[in-house]
Amino acid sequence: MGIIKAKQLVHEYIRRDEEGNVESIQTALDHVDLDVEPGQFIAILGHNGSGKSTLAKHINALLTPTEGSLWVNGMDVSEEQNVLPVRQTAGMVFQNPDNQIIASVVEEDVGFGPENIGVPTEEIWQRVEESLKSVGMLEYRTHSPNKLSGGQKQRVAIAGVVAMQPKCIVFDEPTAMLDPNGRKEVIRTAHELNQKKGVTVILITHYMEEVVDADRVIVMDQGKVVMQGTPREIFSQVGKLKEYRLDVPQITILADLLRQSGLDIPVGVLTREELVGHILRLAQVEPPAK
Amino acid sequence: MSIILDKVNHIYSPGTAYEIQALKDVNLKIEDGQFIGIIGHTGSGKSTLIQHLNGLMKATSGAIYFHGKDIYDEDFDLRELRNRVGLVFQYPEHQLFETTIFDDVCFGPKNQGLSKEEAGLRAFEALRNVGMPEELYYQSPFDLSGGQKRRVAIAGVLAMKPEVLILDEPTAGLDPAGRDEILDLVARMHRERGITVILVSHSMEDVAKYVQRIVVMNRGSVMYDGTPKEVFRHYKELEAVGLAAPQVTYLMNELKAYGLKVDTDATTIAEARASLLEALTGIDSQKNDFHR
Repeated sequence: MGIIKAKQLVHEYIRRDEEGNVESIQTALDHVDLDVEPGQFIAILGHNGSGKSTLAKHINALLTPTEGSLWVNGMDVSEEQNVLPVRQTAGMVFQNPDNQIIASVVEEDVGFGPENIGVPTEEIWQRVEESLKSVGMLEYRTHSPNKLSGGQKQRVAIAGVVAMQPKCIVFDEPTAMLDPNGRKEVIRTAHELNQKKGVTVILITHYMEEVVDADRVIVMDQGKVVMQGTPREIFSQVGKLKEYRLDVPQITILADLLRQSGLDIPVGVLTREELVGHILRLAQVEPPAK
Repeated sequence: MSIILDKVNHIYSPGTAYEIQALKDVNLKIEDGQFIGIIGHTGSGKSTLIQHLNGLMKATSGAIYFHGKDIYDEDFDLRELRNRVGLVFQYPEHQLFETTIFDDVCFGPKNQGLSKEEAGLRAFEALRNVGMPEELYYQSPFDLSGGQKRRVAIAGVLAMKPEVLILDEPTAGLDPAGRDEILDLVARMHRERGITVILVSHSMEDVAKYVQRIVVMNRGSVMYDGTPKEVFRHYKELEAVGLAAPQVTYLMNELKAYGLKVDTDATTIAEARASLLEALTGIDSQKNDFHR
């Protein structure tokens, strides 16, 4: 069984009036099946309101299924006694770093989680050091989070999650509020945690460029999983993505336009390196061996 | 007619241990009808800068002139300035508060002292301009999707009929289609109404596609001020301060390094496509000549 497995998962937001009568029911997740293997890097795309964040909140047991089931590392999130172990298995990083940082010194913020679950003091400091190192923020350990840039704050927030030693981290639009450098830092950190520590990563984002290195891309629409595949498979279907209010990376659009103008360039070009390679081939310029 | 900033400085918490100089000798002239992008890393002073433009924040030193009048003069009407310079904050949907969408959009014009009827007319026009379906006007704004809520919030500012519209990262957190919708709406307001638009953004691609002029902020100072082409020519310097150039600009520069005759000033997909087609088919024809 995968580390995250959903079977016919349904979530309905039910609104009631003052007397408790049901006013409206909104189906946010509509029979979702999902199976994520440990160590995978999964990206979830979908327009605002497509159900991405609702799904993410189930993985962290912040929400429980209305119907169907979701297991995190074999634990059913619907069962009360599993809530805390689930949250220790799957950590979550949110959009706004300012809402996730509570302490006035970086290292204390990172140590807050482990302290809360009763980790012995010595081990807390060990974990703090290790997690700050893994996000490249060790030299800022005694700084105030207020003076950090957006990307640095977000990395401190990630370190706070890493210090809980989760097997899986869900990133819910972690770069939406960051400048270009901050975005790069955070995405690089997510990949490093995935590769070096084997952490399973679920990345929810609206930036198509951030998805090209994922193992698998999942596209959601109206609470359903509507597309699934490698980034190349997904981004080869420009028309379909546009229907779901999504896009493809700039480089993919450019490669597509060039192909439509008659140049011999394949579908699904994802990165700048690939497109440079194709253009050099067409121009019959030898790329110098690096 | 214009907004002129003359050596504007802003210092937060002066005289304390937390003193930070957020703006340093900023000189800017914003002409009527321009579409300007402001870029800069987090903490570079962008948000502080735009809050000076409608008098929400007061400069520690320096002067700001709106249509030739010093806004810090005792008899200058700051209320009037705020009516004419509309500011859409980050995540403006957090500021929605009325029970219906229509009432929420009416709030601004009513506050300007307009009659109920006049405010209603303004609200209708603004909601139509942002493309809000009429059947939603009397529903709660809190039931809308993120992108729609943001459109209602922007309508609230448009209903005040500002001459200058300032938007602080209006597309943060929106899906790609939502991003395009908001930016197309703003571009249309600029084109059809001739209003001045100042767009603060972290997306270099969006800035390159929409604006005529880019102001780059770094550590509280203006680092570059020019057309997108002029500014993105400095892509290496921009990277050093936490920014970047559009993806296609990097592509063109890499290809140029390999000896291809491509236009490194291309900042949009359309420009890159044109230049690449010319370069590639050009090379082809030369090669054919050679073989002949």
